[in-house]
Amino acid sequence: MIIGIPAEIHAGERRVAASPEVVQKFIAAGFEVMVEAGAGAGASFSDDVFSEAGARIGEDAESVWSADVIIKVRPPEHNNDLDRHEVDLMKKGANLISFIWPAQHKELLLQLAKKKATAMAMDSIPRISRAQKLDALSSMANIAGYRAVIEASNLFGRFFAGQITAAGKVPPAKVLVIGAGVAGLAAIGTAKSLGAIVRAFDTRPEVKDQIQSMDAEFLELDFEEDGTGEGGYARVMSKEFIDAEMALFAEQARDVDVIITTALIPGKPAPKLITNAMVMSMKDGSVIIDLAAEQGGNCEGTVPGKVVTRYGVNIVGYTDLPSRLAAQSSQLYATNIYNLIMELCPNADGCTEIDMEDEVVRGATVVHQGEVTWPPPVIAVGAERKPSFGGQILKDESAAEEKIEAEPSAFVKVMKGAWMPVMLAGLALFGLGQVAPPSFMAHFTVFVLSCFIGYMVIWNVSPSLHTPLMSVTNAISSIIILGGLTQISAPDNLIFILAAIAVFITCINIVGGFSVTQRMLQMFRG
Amino acid sequence: MSPSLITVSYLGAAALFILALGGLKTNDTARRGNMFGIVGMIIAVLVTIAAFVSNKLEILIVIMVAGGALGFVLSRRVQMTQMPELVAILHSLVGLAAVLIGFANFMDTSLQFIGVDKTIHEIEVYIGIAIGALTFTGSVIAYGKLSGMLGGQPMLLPARHWLNLVMFVAVIIVAIKFVGEVDHQQAMIYLLIMTAIAMLFGVHMVAAIGGADMPVVISMLNSYSGWAAAATGFMLSNDLLIVTGALVGSSGAILSYIMCRAMNRQFISVIAGGFGTAGGSSAGASIEGDVQTIDTAGVAELLSQAKEVMVIPGYGMATAQAQHAIADISKTLIEKGVNVRFGIHPVAGRMPGHMNVLLAEAKVPYDIVFEMDEINDDFPDIDVSIVVGANDTVNPLAQEDADSPIAGMPVLEVWKGHTTVVLKRGMAAGYAGVDNPLFVKENTRMLFGDAKESLDLLAKAI
Repeated sequence: MIIGIPAEIHAGERRVAASPEVVQKFIAAGFEVMVEAGAGAGASFSDDVFSEAGARIGEDAESVWSADVIIKVRPPEHNNDLDRHEVDLMKKGANLISFIWPAQHKELLLQLAKKKATAMAMDSIPRISRAQKLDALSSMANIAGYRAVIEASNLFGRFFAGQITAAGKVPPAKVLVIGAGVAGLAAIGTAKSLGAIVRAFDTRPEVKDQIQSMDAEFLELDFEEDGTGEGGYARVMSKEFIDAEMALFAEQARDVDVIITTALIPGKPAPKLITNAMVMSMKDGSVIIDLAAEQGGNCEGTVPGKVVTRYGVNIVGYTDLPSRLAAQSSQLYATNIYNLIMELCPNADGCTEIDMEDEVVRGATVVHQGEVTWPPPVIAVGAERKPSFGGQILKDESAAEEKIEAEPSAFVKVMKGAWMPVMLAGLALFGLGQVAPPSFMAHFTVFVLSCFIGYMVIWNVSPSLHTPLMSVTNAISSIIILGGLTQISAPDNLIFILAAIAVFITCINIVGGFSVTQRMLQMFRG
Repeated sequence: MSPSLITVSYLGAAALFILALGGLKTNDTARRGNMFGIVGMIIAVLVTIAAFVSNKLEILIVIMVAGGALGFVLSRRVQMTQMPELVAILHSLVGLAAVLIGFANFMDTSLQFIGVDKTIHEIEVYIGIAIGALTFTGSVIAYGKLSGMLGGQPMLLPARHWLNLVMFVAVIIVAIKFVGEVDHQQAMIYLLIMTAIAMLFGVHMVAAIGGADMPVVISMLNSYSGWAAAATGFMLSNDLLIVTGALVGSSGAILSYIMCRAMNRQFISVIAGGFGTAGGSSAGASIEGDVQTIDTAGVAELLSQAKEVMVIPGYGMATAQAQHAIADISKTLIEKGVNVRFGIHPVAGRMPGHMNVLLAEAKVPYDIVFEMDEINDDFPDIDVSIVVGANDTVNPLAQEDADSPIAGMPVLEVWKGHTTVVLKRGMAAGYAGVDNPLFVKENTRMLFGDAKESLDLLAKAI
């Protein structure tokens, strides 16, 4: 089979769907590869490097598009030079693998279906652990997070790392990262390695450890609500939570130099987290990088695709950060695609087969032999992903999840806290004092005080001596022998027998318990 | 003997018991503490005999010598790996003694109480017998499970929580009837009914709890045996019994708490039983990946290059009696200048401190034996971790998978070390029924087979 790699025609797109290494691997797996002339130029892969790797160079777009399998970065679109849509260039029944974003491109799906094509969307790969090596979204998010910090440092007029120089002291930059997904974590790591002080916030408490493991500070709200949604994404939070969150951001905005926002909720416009007022409160020369710009932006002032300056703050709304690191992202993307094609071609014989029973393949396939197969049926696996960015099912669910339990009242909180047992104990003691005779109360006092002594003494016992502790407590709890001893002289024969048995077995216990304890402690002499 | 003298003797005995427990703070003071305990016990017994025994003294001495001799023989013969069984059976004796003394006391008509005192005394007798009976049968079942006579799996009756509730309510109802009953014979029958129910309750409760929860069960029964002694003390108006019972009771309670905390579980859910069988069992991501095996020569090779070695023993070491073999290996390695340490999870084994005793028996110096909290941060620097018969206590799922039945349990983070060698019979899941992704991690090597045989071979290889 022939794999065709056309040049990307989307304005400003510099990535390409294959790298020379991957071309070599395809050829080793029995495929033929055809690369459009100049396709790798934006990513610094020259035609010569591709042909050295074994690819044929296709001089025009038509010849490349007639391959059996087309691999690509951006969804197919209208080619102005040829005045034809890219899908029309495809051979009937061919395969297409690229980002497709099926929810936003329903027309495209129908067009592909008309061509009897099979299309796999790299953005619809289920997020399960087996499919991690195919996960192009994570690869791209990782690059976007890195690039976000690079863009910020480029615009920011100072060092990121603090320094003490002969010319004076330079404080480190403070970076706030909102949303600790793949992109957020990459941004944290990059900012940290440039020497900045990094703080991060996320609505999902389970990412706390990840953030802290990267040596960044996890900002917490004094508010209990779990923002974990389906498939590792966040979900919509309650109003109270959002208010608390906004207050935190307003406070942080006055303090930090760089804000990187990555907050996305699948199927919804990006939440507005940074208001104009917050931007105004930031120091002049600060930078905001809005990674959610494509979905409307997390910052009110964001203009998608542009850098704007508001109140002295640079707000970056680039939507093509991965493309700005074209060689790196092409390489990772190409590897993701290669891994997907090898899933389809397990025998490495240059033939692909779409196995619709395989959940990864099924999830990614949006058009199958001329039929639209998107959205895929929901699979009941813990960490799989719903079709992202749109999709009716998803909206319903997030609506349902917005019903947040009411906060328990202060009284209930007190009752659930430490006061409840204390109050109950107080009541019980009071009741006891009402009815019990003095002699009982004397014993009871001894009992309660002994419990406290026991508590104090036992917590001091070394954990390595817990087994001897048990055997010695066993021995001394046989002090119950006193009960037998006081009754053994009773005239009643039955009582005598009962008491005698009790004395006998407690003696076993006393001698056995002390003796085995002694034996163990001898061993601990070391 | 004057009452005040008796009281003073008992006070002395109580103080000595407290010192005995306090001595267990360090290894150095522990033996002296044990001697204090023995002295305290001798004082208490002799004073009581002098004050209360008016006849049959010869028979009493014979009985005591016979019992003591039996206890002594038991304590000398027991294997250190069998300590949990011994402790369980000794608990059952305390419970049984509490029942017998309670009945003897109830039958003794020379004691006459009136009014509130009578009611209180009857309640004391009732509670003392109830706790004693349940400790007795519970410990017998625990013994059976630990010694392998009964299966280790939890026995789960269909409506077990309801059954427990019914038995509890029945005990209360019988108690009300018992206290209100004027006829001594009839009251005796109520007492017997309650004893039967309490015994059944003890059986049912422990039978529903399985293998790895045994540390909690043993500690809990330890606690009960203390409360039984305290209740008997109330019944006999004897402060020494009350003090000692309270000490032992709180000791067992604290141990239970420590064990539960080490498993991140609620005490009540351990007692309710059936861990790993109800809910959540199907949750937890299934483990994908390949197990990489290794042979003893390979482990020897690894160890020869290691500077930092950590040994993680578990119950499997006890069952395979492998403590001496691992001690030999660690000795050889230490002589070669390797820093060998042992990391002990609080619930490793079948009773609190079980692993420490076994390692002490094998003469592993106790200054290289560490608690989990002391060494858990050191794993990134460890070259080779050797896991001997531990499973759930080293399962990364406890931290990684919030749906796992063992989620949140503190675990030894062996996977952070450079290489981990796991000695195991086969790929079976641990007690909690959870697969262990540690076994398929890239830096884990599995050494299958009996732990003792593998370690003996390894000892020769290095």
